Amino acid sequence: MNEWRSFNKGNWSETIDVRDFIQRNYTPYTGDESFLSEASERTKVLRAQMDELLRRERENGGVLDIDTERVSSLLSYPAGYIDRENEIIFGLQTDEPLKRSVNPFGGIRMAKQACEAYGKEIGERIKMNFEYKTTHNDGVFRVYTDEMRALRKYGILTGLPDAYGRGRIIGDYRRVALYGTDRLIAEKKKDFDALAEKDMSDEVIRLREDVFRQMDFLGKLAKMAAMYGDDITKPAANAREAVQWTYYGYLGAIKEQNGAAMSIGRISTFLDIYLERDLEEGTIDESGAQELIDQLVIKLRLGKQLRTPEYNELFAGDPTWVTESLGGIGKDKRPLVTKNSFRFLNTLYTLGTSPEPNLTVLWSKKLPEAWKNYCARVSIETSSIQYENDDVMRPVYGDDYGIACCVSAMKIGKQMQFFGARCNLAKLLLLAINGGKDEVSGVQIGPRSEPMTGGALDYERVLESYMKYMEWLSRTYVNTMNIIHYMHDKYAYEKLQMALHDTDVERLMAFGAAGISVAADSLSAIKYARVTPVTDENGLIVDYKVEGDYPKYGNDDDRVDDIARLIVDSFSKMLKKTKTYRGAKHTLSLLTITSNVVYGKKTGATPCGRKAGEPFAPGANPLHGREKSGALASLNSVSKLSYCSCRDGISNTFGMVPSMLGKDKATQISNLVAIMDGYFARKGHHLNINVYDRSILYDAHEHPEKYPNLTIRVSGYAVRFGVLSKKHREEVLKRTFFERA
Amino acid sequence: MTDGLFGYVHSFEPLGSFDGPGLRTVVFLSGCPMRCKYCHNPDMLGGGGGEKMSVSAVVEKALRYRAYNSGGVTLSGGEPLMQEEFVVGLLRELKKKRIHTALDTAGSVYCEEALSLASLVILDIKHTDEAAFKELCGFAPDNMLRTLEFLKKKRKKFWVRQVTVPGITDGEDNIKKLKQMAFGAEKIELLPYHTMGVYKWEKLGLSYPLEGVKEPSPETMNRLNALLNDR
Repeated sequence: MNEWRSFNKGNWSETIDVRDFIQRNYTPYTGDESFLSEASERTKVLRAQMDELLRRERENGGVLDIDTERVSSLLSYPAGYIDRENEIIFGLQTDEPLKRSVNPFGGIRMAKQACEAYGKEIGERIKMNFEYKTTHNDGVFRVYTDEMRALRKYGILTGLPDAYGRGRIIGDYRRVALYGTDRLIAEKKKDFDALAEKDMSDEVIRLREDVFRQMDFLGKLAKMAAMYGDDITKPAANAREAVQWTYYGYLGAIKEQNGAAMSIGRISTFLDIYLERDLEEGTIDESGAQELIDQLVIKLRLGKQLRTPEYNELFAGDPTWVTESLGGIGKDKRPLVTKNSFRFLNTLYTLGTSPEPNLTVLWSKKLPEAWKNYCARVSIETSSIQYENDDVMRPVYGDDYGIACCVSAMKIGKQMQFFGARCNLAKLLLLAINGGKDEVSGVQIGPRSEPMTGGALDYERVLESYMKYMEWLSRTYVNTMNIIHYMHDKYAYEKLQMALHDTDVERLMAFGAAGISVAADSLSAIKYARVTPVTDENGLIVDYKVEGDYPKYGNDDDRVDDIARLIVDSFSKMLKKTKTYRGAKHTLSLLTITSNVVYGKKTGATPCGRKAGEPFAPGANPLHGREKSGALASLNSVSKLSYCSCRDGISNTFGMVPSMLGKDKATQISNLVAIMDGYFARKGHHLNINVYDRSILYDAHEHPEKYPNLTIRVSGYAVRFGVLSKKHREEVLKRTFFERA
Repeated sequence: MTDGLFGYVHSFEPLGSFDGPGLRTVVFLSGCPMRCKYCHNPDMLGGGGGEKMSVSAVVEKALRYRAYNSGGVTLSGGEPLMQEEFVVGLLRELKKKRIHTALDTAGSVYCEEALSLASLVILDIKHTDEAAFKELCGFAPDNMLRTLEFLKKKRKKFWVRQVTVPGITDGEDNIKKLKQMAFGAEKIELLPYHTMGVYKWEKLGLSYPLEGVKEPSPETMNRLNALLNDR
């Protein structure tokens, strides 16, 4: 086959096996960034138009336009262009850039509200169609129990994907480029036929229908590409086609699904194989290679979903989490770093800094030094990268996994995730002290027990009660998730993304916990200081009197760090006791995204001295202002939490002032590399790196217009600082920017 | 035997890149007998200040940062040898754990045992002229000279450093003499005088003795370094 000319054949040429193709054909690169080239003229023209479009969108209140007449899918819109003359990678979500599409399969109500919030009304035809259609949201609410509704209403469970697309599924978009849709359909047909031999159990019937729909959507994907004049039924024959075919796969997915996080996977090293071949054949030069990546990234930056303002309050900055995982090490110990890994980071210069795509470096002690140094330099100059520990993930997920959303690892094309947002473990502690009552409303939402109102709190008694309530919450949380994902599969199944997975896919069910530092500090205060509950006139505990000092999480003090660990390990174990839908494997993350602000708002005063309504720390971070022992002590505390208990990731958002890292750039780079080597050697999982002088952030807070592109890592993703709400900006300003190591 | 041994620690710097090879944990010990005019840590002069810590607590804390720095541990100050027993205890314990140690001293206290235990001694020669030394530090150079002699005699690995202060140590004679004195040192470092510690004098209500002295220009530093490396 000409498309596969000069590739080393192997298992991948016999069956669908992208990893095998990469391993047999990629060229590791251990040199530095000096080979990189600048943006091409065409890219510069497109970039100017992209910047202008994004500026207009900002000025228009966050949404430029909405197509309210069509339901988003692969073939709903004609081909759309930004500037056909200068584009070399094609494809927009609708017929015009930044015109958002309506996708009501998750829930028609949310789609209506989103349109109304931006002064539009959903078209009559859509309304009528959905009168006769059950959405995912309808299904879930038919089945939710009273208890589940209460947990949701009072903010113990928040952000559940019960009214919108669940996301966090990564299609193996590379398969489109390597095999073409004809071959992919043929392979699915084999699986479909094999299922015909089985007894028709629930699961077999469901799967056979799944595969049928997958084949249907692969066909639609080919038609979508044909609208742009490309024939993707065949494999990609050169680098442009490989980039384009991969992007069509991704584009089809975001047309079909408005999932919360729609990540792209791990495409850079795969694409490098095609770029290397073209470079070898002399059909492109380095500038041409960068141009292909730049133009792909422009498209990824313009991907948007229609959300309600409430959703945006939870996940500030209108994120889509187009996460691309870079680097890492192979099982054979060769680095998976290629020239194309550098090109992706270089887009932060050729196109300016940006939150999307969510560039994620898989860090290993064994990465080439030149790559480590380049990453550190880019972090210091742009604050746009996050890092995750390849050395702890590789043993679990192999060497062809990708990160979905912020910190969720999965084997690409072989595993998918049932996303489960998170529960508020700090609020649960208050519930356990208050006898099952919500401390804000006074409503009984958990099992009834004796409120602990008689004098100072006793650590053992509080811990025992906390564990009992945690058992109760765990069971209800798993059951809530089972309902959500049953209904999502039934009414909003991801046909295209699942078509780009093995039919026999492994499922993960990802639970989440917020407020870990507040819960740990609260228990520490109860244990090491004297904490007395304060009740209101109805006997409800609404505040706590704290006398004396206590060890605080974030100072490398085992007395409290062990408590944090105990909470997480216990919760992880308890979740596993309840069976999951479709036999999914339980995982857990400590990740809040930016919802730490909303969680705090919904949580009363806590025994650690935090006042009612004050924000939590993001993810697994220590609470602002309590980490007094320097940057490394804080990192040490977080690194003690066990990835084994949190297989869906432990998010740590880390800020430093440049001078903490050293006087000159070279010292800063080598120190940042040392910090990451150290944190990850201690088995820390994730690190968002922000390097800023606080004065710049203060200035940007006062004058956002002066810094339209100032990007900051928040929790598992990045945002433009200026688009954050005032409350979120204030919370970022409160965060610790370490001045000493 | 180091169990009951306590000392006073001013602070830890877990990513020190100036005091010894590689990235190191620097332990700043409190107290100094000298009163150098340009002292940038006047808050550390008094003994008994800082946190009281046992040898094992300091070693344990230093090792907590081991993942981030492969260089080892530097004992600095103040003058670490003001607490010589404590320093000997620390060096012995770190040696047992096969950790590279550097002792950053101005030689104001002479302690053979500590000099022998340290993997590297960084000796700060404040001035090469005896009278000028006394004038600058309010202290005689005798112990510093004995320290230097011991290091040479025992062929210990050592570095020499000096702060270059305009009008005091920036003379060419001084540099030439420094080069002679430092014979046998693995490295000689000239540290440009800086005024970043002046605010601490003000905070302590003290008047700064070198008021008005400017930091040496990069040209001066280049010239003096060239002189130092001139064969």
